[in-house]
Amino acid sequence: MSASTSSTYWGFTKAQIVALVIMLAVIAIAPTAVYPVFLMKVMCFALFASAFNLLIGYVGLLSFGHSAYFGMGCYIGAYAAKAWGFPAELCVILAGVVAAAMGAVFGAIAIRRQGIYFAMITLALAQFTYFLCTQMAFTGGEDGIQQVPRPFLLGMFSLSSDMAIYWMVAGVFLIGFFGIFRIIHSPFGQVLKAIRENEPRAISLGYRVDQYKLIAFVLSTFIAGAAGGMKALVFGIATLSDVTWQSSGEIVLTTLLGGLGTIFGPAIGAVIVNTLQFYLSPFGSWVTITQGIIFVTCVMLFRRGVIGELADKLKIAL
Amino acid sequence: MLMVLGYNIGPLLAQSVLGMVNGAFYALLSLGLAVIFGLLNIINFAHGALYMLGAVVSWWLLTYLGIGYWPSLVIAPILVGAFGVVLERTMISKLYKLDHLYGLLLTFGIALIVEGLARNEFGSSGLPYAVPAALRGATKLGFMIMPTYRLWVVVASFVICMSTWIVLEKTSIGATLRAATENAALVQAFGVNVPRLVTLTYGSGVALAALAGVMAAPVYSVNPNMGSDVIIVVFAVVVIGGMGSILGSILTGFSLGLLEGFTKFIYPEASGVVVFVLMIAVLLTRPAGLFGKAS
Repeated sequence: MSASTSSTYWGFTKAQIVALVIMLAVIAIAPTAVYPVFLMKVMCFALFASAFNLLIGYVGLLSFGHSAYFGMGCYIGAYAAKAWGFPAELCVILAGVVAAAMGAVFGAIAIRRQGIYFAMITLALAQFTYFLCTQMAFTGGEDGIQQVPRPFLLGMFSLSSDMAIYWMVAGVFLIGFFGIFRIIHSPFGQVLKAIRENEPRAISLGYRVDQYKLIAFVLSTFIAGAAGGMKALVFGIATLSDVTWQSSGEIVLTTLLGGLGTIFGPAIGAVIVNTLQFYLSPFGSWVTITQGIIFVTCVMLFRRGVIGELADKLKIAL
Repeated sequence: MLMVLGYNIGPLLAQSVLGMVNGAFYALLSLGLAVIFGLLNIINFAHGALYMLGAVVSWWLLTYLGIGYWPSLVIAPILVGAFGVVLERTMISKLYKLDHLYGLLLTFGIALIVEGLARNEFGSSGLPYAVPAALRGATKLGFMIMPTYRLWVVVASFVICMSTWIVLEKTSIGATLRAATENAALVQAFGVNVPRLVTLTYGSGVALAALAGVMAAPVYSVNPNMGSDVIIVVFAVVVIGGMGSILGSILTGFSLGLLEGFTKFIYPEASGVVVFVLMIAVLLTRPAGLFGKAS
């Protein structure tokens, strides 16, 4: 995936720069045409999917329970804003830190097995988290945390208007997006890819692969948690639905559809999946059925996803 | 009343035996998963959905065709197993050369479709399925009175599990299957039609799930979500037991049901998570699972 050609700009190839400019333009212009709250939701899930993609796309780890970290981020963000009156940036950071702490513990347990066992263990641990969330007092059980006031940014800028919080969400999304890009293109990221390609060989070269996997897992869960905290601030609510296995499945779908192991795939996937949800939500279980059909179609017909296929056609890395 | 560590032994035993009913389903489902995994090397995420489909088909047979519980025990697994054969032939078989994760993703997609269609058709509330006449009432077991149908579930599932084990370990078809699990290419060279063996294995594993579904219908009522509720626990069961051993997965299934029942009596709030806690403990001490071979 990495194009270490002669002309890269901070690691971006020319094609990626073009894609980046398009993405920035869309983020800047879209709120004039599309409901900003919808766009914010897309950006939260795009960041979440990018964090998930860091594991599946670049380390080859399928974490089938990533909603545990996103959902916990939602709860923490909502609780910090409502009960403690934290400013927005602290809510998001705290959501990331708590999710990362959880990720450190669960990641250490899950990386003891490889392949599909890893997927099953992460799923089981996420279900464990779901049960805990139904029992713990601070999550509000079935009710969740509702009517979370939108906090001030840095304690002084009001985020009560949709456009104000839109720019904050866009900022956090872009910071996360660049952060992930830098992780992938760092020497650390190259080792992650080596582990994905051939784990025994990486071990024989002297890399402590378990530590690399764990660090990647913690980074990914931090970003997922921050994305969750942000979503809680945007919607003013944190509920059990963000911690369910269905939500974990959705993020796998988002990333698969956009393109596993591509930079822009998760964002495109988030746009498509959220748009589908928006239009199909009046039809109840047709959302689930459509998602299932997309899963099957992706796996059978285009495993590289939308961006992966496009990049392959144009012979560039995206 | 007999007391152990300050607990009444009677109710404790009763809860544990009731836990065995859940254990019976864990055992049947993890057995099917293990058989499929052994030969196909995929985790069948659709297993829960196909278990639910077994229950739905038996309800459907009763409601629309008047076919009762006993014939359903045979017909529903055959129908769902045939559906499994179609799935394997048309889709899963195309993925064997790829990373195993794609098999997981595909079967997850199939699970979503099957569950979504069922929810569309029946809604999210359960459909009642009456206990067959012969198994109504309760049986006295000395230390407790147990609903006869639940007793039947435990006994029948144990018999089915053990028969599967005997077929796999003691018959020639089982020997071929085990050989193909070890080295498919070599077995094919001996003239065995391995692709057909794989298809039939998948079909049988799916039929086992459907059979569990038929048996579950009178216990839990027929509900589109019944599969996804149970499959994640079964995944944890599989991680605890390790998929290397058929007997191991049967034993783990029943024991974990027992443990759940036990917990329900001592500390009810923890009964939903006890399997996951045990999974964590096993991963920390024996990462390959209780019966698994270290990889």
